[in-house]
Parts: sequence; structure tokens; C-alpha cells
Amino acid sequence: MNESLTLLGFGPTGWGDDLARGVVVTVTLSLATLPIGLCLGFLLSLAKQSEDALLKLSADIFTTIFRGLPELLTLFLVYFGINAALKSLSDATGLPDLALSSFVSGMVALGVVFSAFASEVFLSAFRAIPHGQREGGMALGLGRAKVMLLVILPQLIKIALPGLANLWMNLLKDTALVSVIGLADILRQAGIAARVSREPFLFFGTAIVLYLVLTMLSSIAIGGIDRWTKRGEMAK
Amino acid sequence: MSGNTPALAIPAPPRQKLKIGGIVAISIWIVIAVAFVIYFVGAFDITLIERFGWSYLSGLWVTVSLVALSFVFGAIVSLPVALGRMATNPIASGAAFAFVYFFRGTPLIAQIFLVYYGFGEFHRFFETIGLWWFFREAWYCGLFSLALNTAAYQAEILRGAIESVPKGQWEGGRSLGLSRTVIFFKVVLPQALIVALRPYANEIILMIKASAIVAIITVYDLFGETRQAYSRTYDFQTYVWAALLYLAIVEALRHATNWAERRLTVHLKR
Repeated sequence: MNESLTLLGFGPTGWGDDLARGVVVTVTLSLATLPIGLCLGFLLSLAKQSEDALLKLSADIFTTIFRGLPELLTLFLVYFGINAALKSLSDATGLPDLALSSFVSGMVALGVVFSAFASEVFLSAFRAIPHGQREGGMALGLGRAKVMLLVILPQLIKIALPGLANLWMNLLKDTALVSVIGLADILRQAGIAARVSREPFLFFGTAIVLYLVLTMLSSIAIGGIDRWTKRGEMAK
Repeated sequence: MSGNTPALAIPAPPRQKLKIGGIVAISIWIVIAVAFVIYFVGAFDITLIERFGWSYLSGLWVTVSLVALSFVFGAIVSLPVALGRMATNPIASGAAFAFVYFFRGTPLIAQIFLVYYGFGEFHRFFETIGLWWFFREAWYCGLFSLALNTAAYQAEILRGAIESVPKGQWEGGRSLGLSRTVIFFKVVLPQALIVALRPYANEIILMIKASAIVAIITVYDLFGETRQAYSRTYDFQTYVWAALLYLAIVEALRHATNWAERRLTVHLKR
């Protein structure tokens, strides 16, 4: 027991500081991916509602591909594919070598997957808002952008929140996959510690507990956002 | 509506307009598709298929059998968990909640690592209870983690579906003098399974995608074979083949589900 505490402690004898750095990397990657996924997902959901058949088709192709591929495979396709493309580009043009880090690859791959799922969440939320809301806004003389910003969006966020919360949890867990291509996140730090100290159960167990703490903190935060979006309904 | 309202001008049916956004978007896809075709024609190598064709098929078989077995085992485990979640007994519902929260709140890859690498620490103990042959093999470890993981998700699907059946169905069964078991299996469960069909199909799709993770612990499933083929050739098309295979399975499953749902809900359509 004491031995385990020393191993998990901070300082030169323990792995606590390495694991803490892993937590920072995991959280940073998730938070950096979230806005990309949300914006792209929102734009995709707009494209899917458009009258423009070609735009709709393009968005559907995107969703079909990135919803159907395993996340791990998407990650490898981005990491090896884009790096190979960048290499041939720099070979052809004589520019200095460019390479995508595992962090950026993770951001791209997970952001793309997140947006494919988020577009479906946004789409069904859009459908849940009655037409009269938009028409009412127009009747008040608001422009298209104002109607979207002041009338549709506040309701959309409220309806889409549970679905998006699920996607956030998936994103947080999927960051663990990026450790496979070398990102020093919780899981990779735990793996290194496990190999060096020969205590795999202790360190992978600790990693799992850390992920549990992160998901619990997320559900608390999401609960707060949920109450905030519903503040108009709780008047009584 | 009174009869003398002036007839509203019927709006002309919206014409299919081609707009710049759609043309740009589809052009991007066309460029990507053409680039892939050119790349494939240039890089296509029949010897690659001769070398790796069979290993891809065996990998596909490993993936399919792993997912099928863990889905079935998960379904078996999920039944008591779902009943525990619905129980009034605080110990049963607490334990079931903890099980579900643990497996849904942590990454599958971490669970697999914990089982494959972590359980090895206790191999003496597993040897004495005669289970070491099980936890020594990467394939069994993958099966074990996937089954428990999907059990947690399936328990929630099952619970949601059972709770979606109105209480009157139970009461109706009781008034006919049926026992609780008969009501559950003959009245409630068939209705619940219609609700659960789509979530279950989604769960299978998620498992097929998630099962690629077992390649990291040296199981040669479809993704594992792909990684090996790539590490021997450094040819990117090995990954593209795997992507096409995965997409084909997932799309086939999705369409099969849509078809099954249409067939099973015929009596509910008006």
C-alpha cells in the first residue's frame, strides 16, 4: 500500500506529476477539439436542410463516411495520410518538411468524427423548433441572421444539449485513442509508468479513475449548463 | 374558413436551383474521388492483394466473430444489470448503477489495457483458480472487456425500452390472471424489443467500430491485419481497403435495420 502511494506520489520517485501532465493533455485536446466539432457540425446541419440538393448530398457523404469508420482508423488515416501527403508536397516543392503532430492529428480526426455526429443532433433539434418561431421573428421585422441568433439558436441549444453532452463524453473518452499515435495523455503516461514500475494494474487502474473523475466533473458542468438554458422555465 | 376568402395565389413549387455553395462542396468531393481513383490506378498492385487478401478476410472474420460473441455475452449479462437498475432495493440498484457508470464513463481502450496488462500481475491467483489460460490470451481479454462494456450499454437500452411500455400492459396482464414472469416475457418484452431494435443496432455498429481497438493488444482483427500489412509495405492503400470494408459493413447493417424496423412496425402504421 505504502509502495503504491510512493509510486503515485509527486516528485522524482513517483509518477504523479507525469500523470497530472497527462490529465492536462487529455483535457486540452478535448477542449481544443470541441469548438471545431461544434462549428463544423452546425454548418453541416445547415447544409443538410438547404434546398440546394448538391450541398445536402455533400453533407450526407461526409456524415456517412465519418460516422461509419472506426475512430481509430480515422485517426490513422489522418495521421499517416496527411503526413504522407505533406511529405510528397514538400518533396515536390522543395519547401521545408512539414509534419502533423499527434495532437493536431487527434484534433482533426476527433473533430471530424464529432461534427458528423453533432450535425445529426443539430438537425433533429432544428426540426423540433416550430416554423412559427421563424415566421414570428420575420413578422417582427428581424433579418435572417437576427432570427437565427435571437430566436432559433437559444431554443436550439436547449434542445440539442443532451445529445451534445453525450458526444462530449464520447470525445473525452476517444482522446485516449490518440495515445496510440504517441500523444502523451493520461493513458500513455500510465502505460509508460506501468512498464517501468511493472505495476500495470495500479497505473491503468489509476488512469481509469482519472477518466471517471473527468466524466463526473463533466456531468456536473453539463448539469449547470442545462439549468442555465432552462432558466426561463423555472420561474415558479 | 369562410368561403369568400380570396383564393391565395398558390406559390410556385420551389425550383431546384443550383447554387454556388453546393457546386463548390460537391466539386470538393469529386476532386477527392478523382484523386483517389488516380492514386489507386497508379498504386494498384495485384501482388498486394495476393499477399494480403486472405489475411484481410481472416481479420474480417475475427472482427465479426468477436463482435457477435461479445454482443451475445453482453446481452446475457445486461439482463440482471437492467433488472438491478429498475429494482427498488438500494443495494441492487446501487451496484447496477456503479457497473453501468464505470463502463460508460471510462474509455474502452483503458478497460482493455487494464484487463490485458493489469490482470497479468495476478497470474498466480488466476493460475490457482484455473483461469489463467483465459486472461493470458489477448483475444479472450478483448472478448471479456468488450462483453462487459456492451453489457453496460445494453442494460441501459433494455431498461429504457422496458420502461417505455405503459403500466397498463402489466395491469392488463394481471387482470387476466397471468403470472409476473409470463407477463414479462409474453407481453412486455416483445413490445420493449421493438423500441429497442434501433438502439441495439446502433450498439452493434458502435461495437464493430470499437472492436478495432483490440488490434492494439495484438489481436489480428481487420484493423490488426491492416496495421501489419501497412508496416510491411508502407503502402497507404492498405488503410483505404480497411476503411472501405468497415464502411461496407456499417452501411449494410444500417440499411438492414431500417428494413427490419419497417417490417416489424407494420401494425403500428396508420
